[in-house]
Amino acid sequence: MTDIIKVRARSVSRKFQLKNRQGKSRPLVVLEDFDLDLKEGEFLTLLGPSGCGKSTFLNILAGLDKADGGEILVDGNPIEEHSFDRGIVFQSYALLPWRTILKNLEVGLEIRGISKEERRDIARKNLERVGLAAYENQYPHQLSGGMKQRVAIARVLAYDPGLLLMDEPFAALDAQTREDMQIELLRIWEADKKTILFVTHSIDEAILLSDRVAFMSTQPGRIREIIEIDLPRPRTEEIRNSVEFSRIRKNLWSMLQDEALLNQSYGAFI
Amino acid sequence: MKTKNFDYKRILIRISGIIIFLVLWEIAPRLGWVDKVYLQPFSEDFLALIELVVSGKMLPHLLASLQRIGLGLLLATIIGIGLGLIVGYFQRINEALDLLFQLFRQVSAFALFPVFILFFGFSEVSKVGIILWASLWPVLLNTSSGVHDVDSVLIRSVKSMGANKIYIFFRVILPATLPQIFTGIRLSGSYCVMAVVVAEMIGAKRGLGYLVFNSRESFLYPNMYAGIIMLAIVGVVLNFILVAVEKKFTSWKIA
Repeated sequence: MTDIIKVRARSVSRKFQLKNRQGKSRPLVVLEDFDLDLKEGEFLTLLGPSGCGKSTFLNILAGLDKADGGEILVDGNPIEEHSFDRGIVFQSYALLPWRTILKNLEVGLEIRGISKEERRDIARKNLERVGLAAYENQYPHQLSGGMKQRVAIARVLAYDPGLLLMDEPFAALDAQTREDMQIELLRIWEADKKTILFVTHSIDEAILLSDRVAFMSTQPGRIREIIEIDLPRPRTEEIRNSVEFSRIRKNLWSMLQDEALLNQSYGAFI
Repeated sequence: MKTKNFDYKRILIRISGIIIFLVLWEIAPRLGWVDKVYLQPFSEDFLALIELVVSGKMLPHLLASLQRIGLGLLLATIIGIGLGLIVGYFQRINEALDLLFQLFRQVSAFALFPVFILFFGFSEVSKVGIILWASLWPVLLNTSSGVHDVDSVLIRSVKSMGANKIYIFFRVILPATLPQIFTGIRLSGSYCVMAVVVAEMIGAKRGLGYLVFNSRESFLYPNMYAGIIMLAIVGVVLNFILVAVEKKFTSWKIA
């Protein structure tokens, strides 16, 4: 990790208009006074309860949604709708079902106008990286959830974006696969230390993966606290059982709990 | 071996309905349940069909109908997919035209045929026009709803990779919509076969519809039934072909 700032978010706000059954609309403030700095080469996790706006911020950063106010700079420039420099991994994989696995890995390269042979080479190399070389001619529906998410990660890595956004990528997987995928992601990330913004509501996942965990409060969503995770790298499976790990977990857990209590009064609105 | 036996049994079960129907057709006139002049035993009508085919008298009728069906379906497919993609892609256009299309879809080709004759006479234009009308709506409405139903996460994902609108349209929306487009074409195919009969009822000199109606007027009832059987065969074969094409293009879909 360097001290170069990759993403700088200042006073970002985002409102949605909600309609109730009577057809009356009222504003829902999802993000307000949202400040965050993401350093180059850093693995940062946005952690918070459901509906706290973490995915909304990720969408804005991805150019898929627009903020109502504030400023976000990526490499010092405002966010553009079209960019070749970011990749998203979605919870639902978002693989194109009519394309084979290899062809799925080629999508980003295709968009960048890279030649057929080169595309194939890069795609193969990245499929190997996630250990799925044998599946290149299969279709997505023939793969398990964990395998599909590996393909989705390889697809993003294939076109080598400067910023990787991951929106609860392992939330749809079963517990065992999820833990395997976390270790797999660590292994992949160690190789080139891309800047990653990771979104999750799992405390363990956040601690295991991140350099820093940004803990969000909800309604309106903003960063409440940022915690450095000073567990040594490279991290392995065993680190989950360390004393340090449980200390950090306990700390974060109590914070989340406070937040949940705080929100009970808003419960009717959500 | 066991699976083969099973398949054999399955085929037998599947054709048992047809067999019962044909047996009833065969014995009903023989036992005097229906007037033999109006409905002959199936074997006689089938022989009439064989005779028409062998003598070469069937061929011009079959070709004339196939040509009209082919042209009508081709035009319906081109116009239907084109319009369907536009309507499905632009939400505003969809909202403006949806009710109109629902209305048009309900207007029967039978009811509209006199109007076509009024404008285009007893020409091929009115015949193909009526087939086009009958078969346009399934492919158009299926295409537009297919575009509408494309999983938005696929579009968001490809957009986040830096894709422009043209790439998203041709590489995501179009392939994602193909299964529904083919379902529409298949439905349109069966409407074509129905509409061709209407088109050839009046003012035609050739065609299976003409054969059926002309045979009735000439009291050649077995030939009338032969024409009806031929139409059913055309419908089944066309559907078989369209299903095969549909399967080929959508093999990636989960069965």
